Amino acid sequence: MACRGRRPEHGGPPELFYDKNEARKYVRNSRMIDVQTKMARRALELLYLPEDRPCYLLDIGCGSGLSGDYLSYEGHYWVGIDISPAMLDAALDREIEGDLLLGDMGQGLPFKPGSFDGCISISAVQWLCNANKTSDIPAKRLYCFFSSLYSVLVRGSRAVLQLYPENSEQLELITTQATRAGFTGGVVVDYPNSTKAKKFYLCLFSGPSTFVPKGLNGNVEEEEAGESRFTSGRRGVRGHLTWRIPYRIARRGVVRKSREWVLEKKERRRRQGKEVRPDTQYTGRKRKPRF
Amino acid sequence: MKLFTYNLLSLRVGVGPHGFPLHLQATKVHINPEDFNPDSVAHMIPKVEWVAFLEVTNTLHLIKLPKGPIHGHERDEKFLRKMHILQETDVLEGILQRPRLSFNWSKLISVIQMHCAFSTS
Repeated sequence: MACRGRRPEHGGPPELFYDKNEARKYVRNSRMIDVQTKMARRALELLYLPEDRPCYLLDIGCGSGLSGDYLSYEGHYWVGIDISPAMLDAALDREIEGDLLLGDMGQGLPFKPGSFDGCISISAVQWLCNANKTSDIPAKRLYCFFSSLYSVLVRGSRAVLQLYPENSEQLELITTQATRAGFTGGVVVDYPNSTKAKKFYLCLFSGPSTFVPKGLNGNVEEEEAGESRFTSGRRGVRGHLTWRIPYRIARRGVVRKSREWVLEKKERRRRQGKEVRPDTQYTGRKRKPRF
Repeated sequence: MKLFTYNLLSLRVGVGPHGFPLHLQATKVHINPEDFNPDSVAHMIPKVEWVAFLEVTNTLHLIKLPKGPIHGHERDEKFLRKMHILQETDVLEGILQRPRLSFNWSKLISVIQMHCAFSTS
């Protein structure tokens, strides 16, 4: 990877990052294909579409069409929009079944209101959070994106956006703009205790409030981001984003070093499969000062 | 691009009163046979922009279609089958138009170029 050790968004705009070389990886690299397909599958699962019929979906940041392939496999019709010509050329070469548009999601989506039964996005929305031109204001672009997304969705349908937020402030910025645009919903975190498998899905609903799905093997976090704090992600060897879980995790109402905190930490380590002493009446008891 | 997707395209910069319809003169079209699912087609019908749709089908001399959605269309199988061409027709080449301005239609549509082609300034 060209920019090992830092996030790709810091290196420039997506249309330059996703050049021919990068597009080739998204076509040939079987591990990349596998990861994208799995995320597309999970996103589709979280969309809770009606089971009996093919739907008309929007794929934001469709790239070379890997997620779109999965949508076609499930029998849906889809339209993809992406900002990188190289990635879309790769998609055309692969003869995908969806329709493609070259455009900037931050400038709004060029569709009639109520066009789509649902929307997914895989690893794309975090690119809106970095300003690449002096005229860009991330909050404004995010709001433009979310308000146009709200408009083009059929009322009562969902959008599931898988993304890699850099930190909790970024996640909060994104969720604030989504809420301003009229969406309800929450962030679903899959495998929150695993550095490699942890994935964030922003599940948005364009209708009256409904349930937020449960994350796999972990907790559902609500819209008030700021529950977990993140360090900046680092790209690992194969381009897979790795996270360092910070030592201090601020949880709602749990004071650090209290008995509750100790019990929670032990529970978490048990879930990770580590060896933990059993909980007794002495667990987390107050020790003498010189201890 | 499928006929249905073209029908849903809308520009934010003033084209028609709401940014659509964009009149398409299709020169090259391909019909892909697809499985017919009446539910799916029934859900697409309320979204269709009829004027633009009829224009395109008339220029292409595809099958004859009624002037608007029929009341109770969910149950009318013949009508649904006709509308199924929405999903089957793939417009490969053409010209997207408004008076005095046009934009060439190809397999990959650039939204930015569309805006440039149709902006009034």
